[in-house]
Parts: sequence; C-alpha cells; structure tokens
Amino acid sequence: MSDPQYRVILAKLGLDGHDRGIKVVARILRDAGMEVIYLGLRQTTASIVAAAEEEDADAIGLSMHNAGHLTLGPKMMEAITAAGLDLPLIIGGIVPDEDAAELEKVGVAAVLGPGASAEEVAAIVRDAISSRE
Amino acid sequence: MDATDNSISHLFETAVSGERRSLGKLLTIIERGGEPADIVAGLAHQKAGNAHVIGITGAPGSGKSTLTGRLIEKITKGGGTPSVLAVDPSSPLTGGAILGDRIRMDDLAGEGSFIRSMATRGHSGGLALAVPAAIQLFDAARYNPVIIETVGVGQVEVDVAGTADTTVVVVTPGMGDAVQANKAGLLEVADIFVVNKSDRPGANDTRRDLDLMLDLGHLSGLEEKTGYRPPIIMANSLEGEGAEAILTAIEDHRNHLSKSGSFETRQKQRTLMEIQNRLELLIGSTSSNALQSEAGEKILTEVLERNISPSEAAKSIASSIIRDLT
Repeated sequence: MSDPQYRVILAKLGLDGHDRGIKVVARILRDAGMEVIYLGLRQTTASIVAAAEEEDADAIGLSMHNAGHLTLGPKMMEAITAAGLDLPLIIGGIVPDEDAAELEKVGVAAVLGPGASAEEVAAIVRDAISSRE
Repeated sequence: MDATDNSISHLFETAVSGERRSLGKLLTIIERGGEPADIVAGLAHQKAGNAHVIGITGAPGSGKSTLTGRLIEKITKGGGTPSVLAVDPSSPLTGGAILGDRIRMDDLAGEGSFIRSMATRGHSGGLALAVPAAIQLFDAARYNPVIIETVGVGQVEVDVAGTADTTVVVVTPGMGDAVQANKAGLLEVADIFVVNKSDRPGANDTRRDLDLMLDLGHLSGLEEKTGYRPPIIMANSLEGEGAEAILTAIEDHRNHLSKSGSFETRQKQRTLMEIQNRLELLIGSTSSNALQSEAGEKILTEVLERNISPSEAAKSIASSIIRDLT
C-alpha cells in the first residue's frame, strides 16, 4: 500500500440535527479513498474523544449548522488538547468568515463553508492530516 | 527495526495495562499488515486465550450493530468489559469506506467497552490475518467477551464468523422462505439464531422456517452428532427486546462447549485456520515475487515460445520457491 489509509471521524456535536451536509462530506471523503468513521448525531466532546482514541483517528470533522460553533468549536479543541490527542479538528457548515478566523485562532485546522467543492474538501482534510506528520 | 520493536512492545505493555489509545494504535498497526503487524500479533498471541469470542453476522440492515449495542450495554452493566470489532466493506473503486456501526452503539464509548471499526480494504487475505490478530489483542488486553460483527457475505466473513466460539446469525422477516434457509452457508455456522425486527409482519413465519430447517438437521442426524440444537430467539433490538435472552443463550452455548469438549475443538480449528491463512499468503507473495523476478521472466518467455507448458513452468517455479523458503 503506497498511501497510508487516513481514518477520519465525522460527527455532529450537541443538539444540531442538520445532517445532510455531513453525509455528503462522508461520501466525498470515502470517494477520496479515506476511511470515515461516522458517529452521526448528538455526540458529546467525550464520546468523540473516546471514539478518536479507539479508532486511532487521523482527524476529526465536525459539522455545525445551528450557530453553536463559537461555543462548541473551542470546547471540542479543549477536549482534544486535554486528552493529549495530536490530530487536526476541521469544522464544516455555516460559519461566518469572522467566526472562522476566531476558530482558527483557538487551533481549529480549517473551516469549510457551503461553497467548497468535493476536491477542496478532500484536499483540505488530506493537507490538515499530512501537515501534522 | 529495533526502534520499531521497542515502540511496539512499549505500546503493547501500556495497552495491556489499560491505556486505550495504545490499543487503538496497535490495531492500526495490525490493519496495515507486514512485519510490524506480525510482531504485534506475536505479542498478543502469548497473552491471549481467555476471552469468549462471539461472532455476530447477518445481511446488511438486519440490525447487527443495534443488537451488538444492546448486548454490550447489558454486559457492561453487569460489570463485564466487552470489545467489539465491527468489520465493514471498503469501496472496491476508491479504497475508501464509511464505517457507520458506531452510530448504533454511540452511548457506550469509553465506558468499560472498546469499539473498533475495521474496513475490509479490498484484500480479503489481509482481513483474514488482521481479524484473528485483533481478537487476540483484545483478549490480551483483558477484554471479554470479544465480539466480531461482520456482514455475512463472502467466504472470509463466513470463516471469521464460523470460527468464533459462539456464532450468532441475525435474520429478519421477509428474507426468503424455507428453501433459502436450507441453502448451505451462513445458516450452517449458526449457534444461535436471532429473528430481529420481530414486530414486522412475517416474523413468526421466519421463525417457523428456521425451526423446520433445524428439524431436518435432526432427521439427518446432524443434531445428534453435535448434541446441540441452535435456539431461535425473537428480538426487537431497537426496543431492546431479546437482548437478555440472547446473552443467556450465549452463556448456555458456552456451557455446552465446555461440557462437550468442543471448546478445544473450536480453538484448534481457529488456530489451524490462522496458520493456514498465513501459510497461503506467505506462499502467495513468494510466488508473485518469483514470477516478477528475472528467472520468472525467463520462464515466461519459454512458455510464450512454446518450449515448455504453463504447468511445467509452474512446477519449475514451485521447486525454486521451496528451495528459497527452506
């Protein structure tokens, strides 16, 4: 095997039920040759960290559509750091530009918006992982 | 190589003493295969041999993951430490995979249980090595029982499920009539049948068909030979119905195994299969190396010029491989 098989966790954190986008992203990453561990709706920072440890994930992707990103994004970052995990957190969904800058300041590796193409999504995830190695 | 050896044995020590992340990393090494995977498998093998291995298998959508989720919920509540290896297919086109079994078990992460998703990664040979190694690794890390969840299609999956200590086959109403149930394959390896989604119409028909199939086994003497008749349990995993009965049936089967001495037989069968799989892969990779070597090219030319036949060529390569291997 030439390429290492990237394993990416995808989840919705908290009470955000909009899961159309994350399902599309799951399919995009699968078609880009990655293994997606799909956790689905109503996850907690603890359940996501536990899954990342058990699955030895290379990245975590969160989808956020209910304007909770400035609360939950930093919380997720804190949980990742507290657990001592060294992996990129990528947030996708509806995030205004100024908020994206805020999230990147607290350590979020990338923020993806609705306009991102499939190629961009896959490339950003891949780069976020490979830049850590 | 020494550095890798050291870091692997360090990971192993910490995994065995309960560090979940180390266990996660070792499972990745096993999945990637090659020499490091063999080292991990070797370490695990020395410490394994205590866990009860349960295979859960059935068609896609039959409710295996939900059922597995219910079982581990009950087992952890009873103070047990179950682990799950959930195997899902990789895309044959891109090599990617969507591993979605955790959605059905999501309340359970980190509470005394350990769930790992594994993609088939296109090569069934690799899976045949990775699954037994992962089972032994869970076992070495003192997880018990070890549950393997696979889609019941393809020989490797049947092999994997069939060599568990206890194999649970999940069926749902509307999957076919008694003739389907009598087709050889997955149903034959079942130690316990679960008719899931028992609230659906036709659930009792499915039960009756399975019962009839088992009766025929009785007539043909199969049941007498094994001294065991697989129970059929009605379940509605979504509602949590039937989980208790399934756990009891697993326990009963376990008792049957230890009383009848089949425990050792199964262990032996499983070990034999693991050795055979490793042997076949070893020979397979050695022979494709031999074919691609200079000598292999020469033999190919000979065959193309019709100086020797393909079977003579194969025999000649085989004898040179045997020399190399020994």
